[in-house]
Amino acid sequence: MSFADTSSVAIEAAAPPSQNFRVLRRLLRRPVAVVAVVIIVTIYGAGILAPWVAPYGFNEADFTNRYAEPSLDHPLGTDRLGRDLLSRSIWSAQTTVIVSVAAVLTGGLLLGVTAGLAAGYAGGRTDSIIMRAADTFASVPTLLLVLIITATLLPRIQSAAHDLEDLTGFDWIVSSGAPSYFLVFGALAIFGWTGIARVVRSQVLALRQEPYVIAARASGAGTPRILFLHLLPNLTNLLLVAFTLSFGALATAEVGLTFLGIGVQDPHPSFGRMVFEGVGVSNVREHTTLILVPAGFIVLLVMSFNLLGDQLTDVLSPRHR
Amino acid sequence: MPAGLATYIIRRLLLLPVILLIVSFATFALGRYAPVDYVEIQAGPRAQPETIERIRDERGLNDPVPEQYMRYLGNVLTGDLGVSTRYQGFPVEDVIFPRMWISLQYNAVVLVLTFAIGLPLGTWAALRRGTWQDPLSIGVFLLFASVPVLISVPLLQWVFAVQLGVLPSGGWSEAEYLGVELGIFSKHAVLPVLALTLPGVAGIARYMRGQVLEVLDQDFVRTANAKGLKAGTVVTRHVARNALLPIVTILGFELSALIGGSIFIETLLGIPGIGLLAFESIGSRDYDTITAIVLVGSTIFVLTMLLIDIAYGFIDPRIRVEGSIS
Repeated sequence: MSFADTSSVAIEAAAPPSQNFRVLRRLLRRPVAVVAVVIIVTIYGAGILAPWVAPYGFNEADFTNRYAEPSLDHPLGTDRLGRDLLSRSIWSAQTTVIVSVAAVLTGGLLLGVTAGLAAGYAGGRTDSIIMRAADTFASVPTLLLVLIITATLLPRIQSAAHDLEDLTGFDWIVSSGAPSYFLVFGALAIFGWTGIARVVRSQVLALRQEPYVIAARASGAGTPRILFLHLLPNLTNLLLVAFTLSFGALATAEVGLTFLGIGVQDPHPSFGRMVFEGVGVSNVREHTTLILVPAGFIVLLVMSFNLLGDQLTDVLSPRHR
Repeated sequence: MPAGLATYIIRRLLLLPVILLIVSFATFALGRYAPVDYVEIQAGPRAQPETIERIRDERGLNDPVPEQYMRYLGNVLTGDLGVSTRYQGFPVEDVIFPRMWISLQYNAVVLVLTFAIGLPLGTWAALRRGTWQDPLSIGVFLLFASVPVLISVPLLQWVFAVQLGVLPSGGWSEAEYLGVELGIFSKHAVLPVLALTLPGVAGIARYMRGQVLEVLDQDFVRTANAKGLKAGTVVTRHVARNALLPIVTILGFELSALIGGSIFIETLLGIPGIGLLAFESIGSRDYDTITAIVLVGSTIFVLTMLLIDIAYGFIDPRIRVEGSIS
């Protein structure tokens, strides 16, 4: 549900940035990692370029051609309304990209890394306040709370967006689906920052005593400079793995929320919506492609991120150098 | 009781009411902030404004908000969770607890199976490092751990209900055993248990494999091997025991995954448990029920995590010093 389980991420404070190309080279020498990267780049790339690569629009219905078998026109077939499943998958990938990237940027980087840096470096009362907050967030069942938050706030946010439209004169805000995207990644970010904050904090605690940090402090460097110029670059490897795993977990989370009807709203495409339209015994019996198509994409994507995370851990952990 | 352990337990216990207060406040605020006025729903579409106002007065909805929150807290503490608007007139506690019992049955079985299979499997995989079984088992674990319940349920339905026809495609049936209504022994329980156990076992096995490998590299294992202990003894007494320590953290994730998984499982299979109730209540905007489910679910979760943490403090002396599992 929340971000990935980062408790098993065990990477020592590692390589200076100049070594990152070596890491990349080592990674690309592993066939499994290459396959994972190719799958991720393909699905993400298709999603980002959806307006150009999708053969049909996500809502382009063709009522004369419902539940079509895969053909040249429709490589993966069509659904109940005759919409092209491949195109819908590509547009859904776009939703996945938007929601996961936004959640990682806000929840992981903005909240998680900042909180972890602050807690680890400042110590004392700041540390205990931040970590108790993290404990609290980590000790409630995430899905239940996200469920109630989105269920109550979605109508409010949508009406606020309507007001905003009236105020600004932009008429695309609600129809773009922005409010529901915002709510989904917001909810995921609020509950997802704790894991990242915890790993960052423990690394900073270790790094704080390193001679180069002490030297920097002695030479008069300010706290922000030490945090962002000296400590953060040494956390890149760790964050790389944590975020890779997060992307997989976030994709699953978005699909789940949308499936339950509280994520991305119809008619905006999402794998969650596609799964919702594909389940049920009669669908599973008679129109199996409806569930197999989104299932295939989700499993490929999540598994690739998990594989890549594993491979990165292997490559980056000092024991295997 | 060793020094430090007492302070540790007290600190964890002190955190408990704080967390529950935060959760209760969040649920109360969100329930109040609900986009639907349930008094109007209850009064019906043709109710006079005076009637609605009267109901509001009777239910104390016109009082200051802090006062309402205190009353809500008081009600919750005395076991009054509100009134369901969907099941007209039924107190929420009468609606949710029978449903919870159903979910509890199969979730308990899943939890036991997950650890009973996952831990030995992970240890076995670690001991096969370097053989052909190693990449195979890692791959299989990874595959099963990567498939969300939402996806695996329809696929399992397709295999077992549609293709093989050996299991019912959904639903729940109960029979009486020794005076207790139990559904866990029926065929209907197989699909949900399977769908939740597969990713659970894969996840635990994956984690355990990593832990065991970590421990295998330690000096004391080499010592144990060198002094001629049998391989089996080394694994059970030295390796597994030390690898098990951090697995407690995973139990929390597992619990969280089960709560989430239940909602999907029950929605997909039509099992009338607490997850389906939560889903339906959101659809019918039955806010008293939703808030109650969240509150009760969180309480159970928080209590379990607390027990785990305390147990952990007893097992591992390092925890007491560092203060928290991280």
